Amino acid sequence: MIEFLDSNLIRGVVLILMIVAFLGIWGWAWSRNRKETFHQASMLPLEEDDGQVPQNDSTKERTKE
Amino acid sequence: MTYNDKVVRQFVVMTVIWGIVGMLVGVIIAAQLWLPVLNFDLPWLTYSRLRPLHTNAVIFAFGGSALIGTSFYVVQRTCHVRLFAGGLASFVFWGWQLVILAAAISLPMGWTQGKEYAELEWPIDILITVVWVAYAVVFFGTIIKRRVSHIYVANWFYAAFIITIALLHIVNNLSLPVTMTKSYEVYTGAVDAMVQWWYGHNAVGFFLTAGFLAMMYYFVPKQAEGPVYSYRLSIVHFWALIAIYMWAGPHHLHYTALPDWVQSLGMVFSLILLAPSWGGMINGVMTLSGHWHKLRTDPVLKFMIVALSFYGMSTFEGPMMSIKTVNALSHYTDWTIGHVHSGALGWVAMMTIGSMYSLTPRLMGKKVMYSVKAVDAHFWIATIGIVLYIASMWIAGVMQGLMWRAFNDDGTLTYTFIETIAATKPYYVIRLLGGTLFLAGMFIMAWNTFKTLGAGKAPEFKAAEPAIWGEHA
Repeated sequence: MIEFLDSNLIRGVVLILMIVAFLGIWGWAWSRNRKETFHQASMLPLEEDDGQVPQNDSTKERTKE
Repeated sequence: MTYNDKVVRQFVVMTVIWGIVGMLVGVIIAAQLWLPVLNFDLPWLTYSRLRPLHTNAVIFAFGGSALIGTSFYVVQRTCHVRLFAGGLASFVFWGWQLVILAAAISLPMGWTQGKEYAELEWPIDILITVVWVAYAVVFFGTIIKRRVSHIYVANWFYAAFIITIALLHIVNNLSLPVTMTKSYEVYTGAVDAMVQWWYGHNAVGFFLTAGFLAMMYYFVPKQAEGPVYSYRLSIVHFWALIAIYMWAGPHHLHYTALPDWVQSLGMVFSLILLAPSWGGMINGVMTLSGHWHKLRTDPVLKFMIVALSFYGMSTFEGPMMSIKTVNALSHYTDWTIGHVHSGALGWVAMMTIGSMYSLTPRLMGKKVMYSVKAVDAHFWIATIGIVLYIASMWIAGVMQGLMWRAFNDDGTLTYTFIETIAATKPYYVIRLLGGTLFLAGMFIMAWNTFKTLGAGKAPEFKAAEPAIWGEHA
């Protein structure tokens, strides 16, 4: 059992975990229920100092997601 | 509650001033490479002492002031809250200026650790650490007391920049002091080289890239008056970029005593880095879709789109140069200098200048600078300057590489080293011209900035109301 856990196996497991983590982040970012939150967040830099977003064509439409 | 803009204004002014100082030193050493007599036989003015002064001034004084200043602005506006610990924020400003002053004295004196981009001796390193911790407390303190449910993506990039620079700075500067002005690194040999370039390349990745991407993610949408192209791409961009950059450092040490497998690892990670880099670049460029017509009237957007173009170019060139066989030609030549300045002038400086032109009038409650025409003139002078600089260094670099590896039939070298220097001379003149043009643009910016900020008393802005949404609502 101890010989089975050589460093190459650990490297392989870590690699798979990293890939799974990356795909997980991807899936999370693209999930449907994040859409509204991300839209709200993407409006933050457009706010004037009073926190209101001035209305124009591109702030009315959604971010391309 | 009002926003703390005083510290932002201070950093904005110093960004312009240190930009002029740092680029002036760059122009001086560019002139020295053409005419070595210009060091006037004074030890303080030799290339060896002024070159680290140039790099420290443009990276840490100009770039650093821009990064800290914009982060203090962006974190307040996107968190709807006043900066945490105002006194500490002032300490960050004055402390950072003190670090720069100490660098400006110690480097011409020849006090150096001899590590590229980490030349400053140990007492200054300790001061940097103290100031940086204070900076982190102010930034993260503001994030913690935010009144917006989401942490905007620009703040994620600023956060990664702050944390990583702390880590890099401390690890790479561990040394044993001998006197106040002399210390010895704790690392030796190939390990020292690896630590140095782990630091060096991540300084590129997190100081000169992540921090300026934060500026991009705030000021490009702001100036284009439309949201970022894809917010979810920005999240994948963030995690992919910070995970991969860490491993690219060994490409600075190809064909050295560094183990071969580490060199190959560095090369492979540098190649993979193309993907997140271009993901971010495309996200920035596409933010302008639907707003392209504004380029006709808004020179600030022109700075930003050219910055993104140079970011795309240099993040393509970088991975190519990290391929070992390409590196065999390019390394130690002026091609590297051309590549660095395509990133430093084209990406970092253009994005900084664009962001400053967006930010400065807003600090006065206005939309545009005192003179939009001057912004446009600055844009063209700077762009022509960069093109001259980079093109001359590309040609010089490839020429040097080819001359160094040319052999005669009997196996002797075709060219002596001094012949390659003589052949490079005309290109050094063109580079000097390009650098001078870029510096000239900074003087226009200084005039415009002082006219804009000096137009009256800066208003106090009331902090925006809390904004809660999603699962926090």
